[in-house]
Amino acid sequence: MPAAISVHPSRGQQVWRRFKSRVMAAVMLTCALAVMAPLFLVLYNLVHEGATSLDWHFFTQLPKPTGEVGGGMANAIVGTLVLLAMAAVIGVPFGVMGGVYLAEYGSDRVNDWLRFAADVLNGIPSIVWGMVVWALLVVPLKTFSAYAGGVALGLMMIPLVMRTTEEVLVLVPQGYREAALALGIARWRTIVVIVVRTALKGIITGILVALARVAGETAPLLFTALGNNFWARSLAAPVSALPLQIYAYALSPYDDWHRQAWAGALVLMALILLTNILVRFLSRERRFA
Amino acid sequence: MTEATRSLPADPPAAAPLTARSAPASRPAGDMEVAFDIQGFSLWYGALQALFDVTIQIPAQQVTAIIGPSGCGKSTFLRALNRMHELTPGTRIAGTLRLFGDDLYSSAIDPTQVRRRVGMVFQKSNPFPTMSIAENVLAGLRLNGVRDRGFLRERLEAALRMAALWDEVKDVLGRPGVSLSGGQQQRLCIARALAVEPETLLMDEPCSALDPIATAKIEELIRDLRTRYTVVIVTHNMQQAARLSDRTAFFYLGKLVEYDETRTIFMKPANPQTEAYVSGRFG
Repeated sequence: MPAAISVHPSRGQQVWRRFKSRVMAAVMLTCALAVMAPLFLVLYNLVHEGATSLDWHFFTQLPKPTGEVGGGMANAIVGTLVLLAMAAVIGVPFGVMGGVYLAEYGSDRVNDWLRFAADVLNGIPSIVWGMVVWALLVVPLKTFSAYAGGVALGLMMIPLVMRTTEEVLVLVPQGYREAALALGIARWRTIVVIVVRTALKGIITGILVALARVAGETAPLLFTALGNNFWARSLAAPVSALPLQIYAYALSPYDDWHRQAWAGALVLMALILLTNILVRFLSRERRFA
Repeated sequence: MTEATRSLPADPPAAAPLTARSAPASRPAGDMEVAFDIQGFSLWYGALQALFDVTIQIPAQQVTAIIGPSGCGKSTFLRALNRMHELTPGTRIAGTLRLFGDDLYSSAIDPTQVRRRVGMVFQKSNPFPTMSIAENVLAGLRLNGVRDRGFLRERLEAALRMAALWDEVKDVLGRPGVSLSGGQQQRLCIARALAVEPETLLMDEPCSALDPIATAKIEELIRDLRTRYTVVIVTHNMQQAARLSDRTAFFYLGKLVEYDETRTIFMKPANPQTEAYVSGRFG
């Protein structure tokens, strides 16, 4: 027979229970704080190692030839922005329209498959994306290019944007759709002007999160954009990007390059941090009802 | 099921054709135009039948109340009048539904055309959250391609006046629609529905989320609308049906049980189920 559970615990039992409760709360707080620790560790290291190498030249100059001290990553910074722009050109329309389809049109059966496919795509290691685009674009065109890099990052963005778009669209109350349709407004117009408009901040937030995700990707660019120590001649030529430059410099034997790699990492991190702050700002006042 | 609804017209009190009924004193008898002419109308959600062989003629420029307990099909019936039920996948209908002679379910007519003629106000006020008061009222016109600024301004004021909201909002037309109070938001939704000049207005429990003062304002407004519009209102509130409507239809379990002048339905109903419901013994 199990011991009867006391409804009126003794004084000693009460103290013991309160003690257990406090210990568990402390353990959980420690776990929660453990999430913060790596963030501060990263930020501390980046600022400590990178800030001293950050100067105006870092943003305006090309890398110096091996052996010369100084120079910057202007081409990599511009390259990253160009690659992100091209990724957005691919990822945003496909992702947003796919998300609209999921939320507004698709039947349950089709949607189940689409969501499953998108979730699998989200889980594909980024280096695989690089290899696929290498085989599809780099090999036939016989050149690494900004296009290939942009396509690789854009393909990665599509499932991310698609799922977040769907999630914010289904949060738009059905009442707004009904109100618009009851006015005799066509369905596509209702979706564009009422539903998407209502959820626009959420959709933009999703796009920014996806951009921040792919901004730091290195692996898909190794096989596609390749990297470049000079300004790219065209979008059909290899182009530099911050993660590629960091990767190359961090592996080099030169102290000066190591410092520049830290500085590049700091700039990249600042870019992503800024995006995240923008996201928080946008999603702060998201309310539909 | 056929007997249940079809047998009603054989019953003397309800049998008299619309035109033969003694109309309210304000209206001459004998010239009531039929707005909705519905014959043998049934509706299914997948395998579930929600409406059974409903035959009813709803007169123009009157307020017709639809009453009945929850789940009796009254909202489904209302939504079938402007084909809003089609938003639910897997619905199917049988029978005919005409508005001023036009078959609203003809394959030649698009649901958006139906909804331009049959406006709707919902239980929960739903002004578009991204739009100002003025933009809300004009949404139906603008999104259907009306660009003429003079005309839009005219309709804006006319619709807000009809909805008895103009005096309260005329100086704050640029403010968000959702900044208004609950009752004002519902009148804004009425103005939005009226701005596209529909022929009829459906109201699905428009006051159930409002306090008594806001309710009184909207009821007054509905009485005024009657001179220009055909109004069909679903309500859970029997006093409201009695106060507002010229005719009342009682639905139960998806069937039209009784349909007559409101006075008759509440004072001398022909059907014992109607009597039990309006006297509060069930529902």
